[in-house]
Amino acid sequence: MKVLERIVIYAFLILCSLLVILPILWIVISSIQPSSSLYSSSFIPKGFTLKHFYTIFTETNFPLWYLNTLKIALINMVVSVSITTLAAYAFSRYRFAFKKNIMTSILLLQMFPSFIAMTAIYIIMTKLSLLDTYLGLLLVYLAGQLPYNTWLVKGYLDRIPKELDEAAKIDGAGHFTIFLKIIFPLARPIVVLLATTNFIAPWFDYISPSILLRTSSKKTLAVGIFEWISGFANDNFTQFASASLLVAIPITILFILLQKHIVEGLTQGAVKS
Amino acid sequence: MKKQQIAQIASYFGLGFGHFILGHKLQGAILFCVELIVIFFNLAFIKGIWGLITLGETVQKMDGFSVTQGDHSIFLLVDGVLMLGLLVIILIIYIYNISSVKHIIKDNLQVLPPLKFFKNIYENYFVALILIPAGILFLLFTLMPLIITVLIAFTNYSAPDHIPPRNLVDWVGFKTFTNFFSMPLWSSTFFRVGIWTIVWAISSTFTCYFGGLCLSLILKRKDILFKKVWRTIFILPWAIPDFVSLLVFRLLFSGVGPLNTLLEQLIGFKIHFWSDPILAKITIVLINMWLGVLYFMVMVSAALTNIPADICEAADVDGANAIRKFWNITLPILLLQTSPIIILTFAMNFNNFNSIFLLTNGGPVDSSLQYAGHTDILITWLYKLTLQQNQYNISSVISLLLFVFLAIVSFLQLSKTKSFKEGE
Repeated sequence: MKVLERIVIYAFLILCSLLVILPILWIVISSIQPSSSLYSSSFIPKGFTLKHFYTIFTETNFPLWYLNTLKIALINMVVSVSITTLAAYAFSRYRFAFKKNIMTSILLLQMFPSFIAMTAIYIIMTKLSLLDTYLGLLLVYLAGQLPYNTWLVKGYLDRIPKELDEAAKIDGAGHFTIFLKIIFPLARPIVVLLATTNFIAPWFDYISPSILLRTSSKKTLAVGIFEWISGFANDNFTQFASASLLVAIPITILFILLQKHIVEGLTQGAVKS
Repeated sequence: MKKQQIAQIASYFGLGFGHFILGHKLQGAILFCVELIVIFFNLAFIKGIWGLITLGETVQKMDGFSVTQGDHSIFLLVDGVLMLGLLVIILIIYIYNISSVKHIIKDNLQVLPPLKFFKNIYENYFVALILIPAGILFLLFTLMPLIITVLIAFTNYSAPDHIPPRNLVDWVGFKTFTNFFSMPLWSSTFFRVGIWTIVWAISSTFTCYFGGLCLSLILKRKDILFKKVWRTIFILPWAIPDFVSLLVFRLLFSGVGPLNTLLEQLIGFKIHFWSDPILAKITIVLINMWLGVLYFMVMVSAALTNIPADICEAADVDGANAIRKFWNITLPILLLQTSPIIILTFAMNFNNFNSIFLLTNGGPVDSSLQYAGHTDILITWLYKLTLQQNQYNISSVISLLLFVFLAIVSFLQLSKTKSFKEGE
């Protein structure tokens, strides 16, 4: 009985793993296949070539898109971590007028998907002459992540004992010193989560840049690749596979490295206790 | 009349006047700068309000090949909202100006040297200072788009007859709302797309939760080997950009894809996953599981470790078996603990643009629906309505309905969370 139970469980785990890995494996295998179309693709490798990677780097703006996205991702990460943690700190540690009302409205308004408001955002960006600029795109990202993340980080900061701040205050530490020297280091798991999600967002997002950016040299990776393959994905499938791999590999490595922190930050910020 | 009284009266007439009379020159100068800005830009304010009320009066004229630019109604609308917002801020500063003079008189505050003055501001208004960047972002890119969307719902901003800069847009009151609900094609499309959206949001959340629960219960067992390996494998879908994995799945399941090639060899015929409405819907939900199960696996695992061991021990003493223990104790606690993330995931799936747009783009086509396909959810329908059909006013109405629904659902749930309650 016990043995049978174990066999069933391991069989289930192996089946799940296969379901997860097979699509990924299919892409890895396809990216190194000499043939190019979707028709001839299969799960069994029929050869080996690196020519698709070569084509991507020589015939498209792939390196440029990559660099653009990296730039946006880094700035987005730094700025949104600073703005969001500061806002969460304010909501967690200070008392001020209408605090409860502001919290409520932030929570409610974040349910309005920024994508629906895209028409309005597009017009505002036109008015502020921020259309087709990275600043405009960054502002959309920064504002979009703000409500939910402020709520998430505030939940985490609330768990850090307030006695620590008070002790520091008695020792003569100012507002900002308390934040930087005490709160920020203690909030590391949630800060890592915040930094990672904000770093990853521009790599994942297709809609905002496709609406806000016009010049082709300014495109991000998601837009560049999607537009490049959307016309002929079936025929140039193996190139698409190689491009997908190039997008996914750095993020995957980052994710596996930071796995522990991400899981810790997520679970401690959002689960009810 | 005493100097104080004059100062108090003067404060009503202009920003900073009162402060000057009382000798608080630095504060007075800063406030007076705001006053100067208002005076200098008064025409812009007036024009902003005029634009908001009229939405423009001059139509663009075509005379042969030369075009005389008319008013751009939508830009006027945005300008108007912006100016109105600035006016509200100025009004707040004005009220502050008066109450600050009152405060100075009442507590007999001394004039501070500049350095100390700024230090004082930093000490007393630190919260305000660190909230400024977040506040500006929130006002400009969350609140303002929302207000503009609400306002557009009350106009006739739509193709083909009311698209600036060629035509003007007018306020029409509730006409868009009444039209939307009285025209059968619109209301039936909204109804059908809405139903599928709810079915999709519930089933995708439920399947992911159930899958995550299964995996985390298995991985929690003490006798499982290689726990770390399994975890790392299951976390992989998270690390791959979803637009990549969704496109991969679209091709994998497509008529000429490898899955169908394999099926043809094994069972002799192909399954057209994307052309049958029901099959397409099921396929989307299953593919979404691939992307979403691990999130719940992580969350449920964390929640499981939080369940106090003594409750389970008490049940053991009572002689409850494993299955009853799970149904009566573990599951209810678990559901309660993870309820905020269930609701958030529901709301996210409700607006899960990528899963639908990248997998099927709403297809297969349904001619009985207004600009929507069988698998379109509200948000992808909205995408088509705005970016492809330019029906801005109708899509604003739909956005508002969507927003009100989601706001109520999520508010009921989130207001119970700890993070929220500690806002007192």
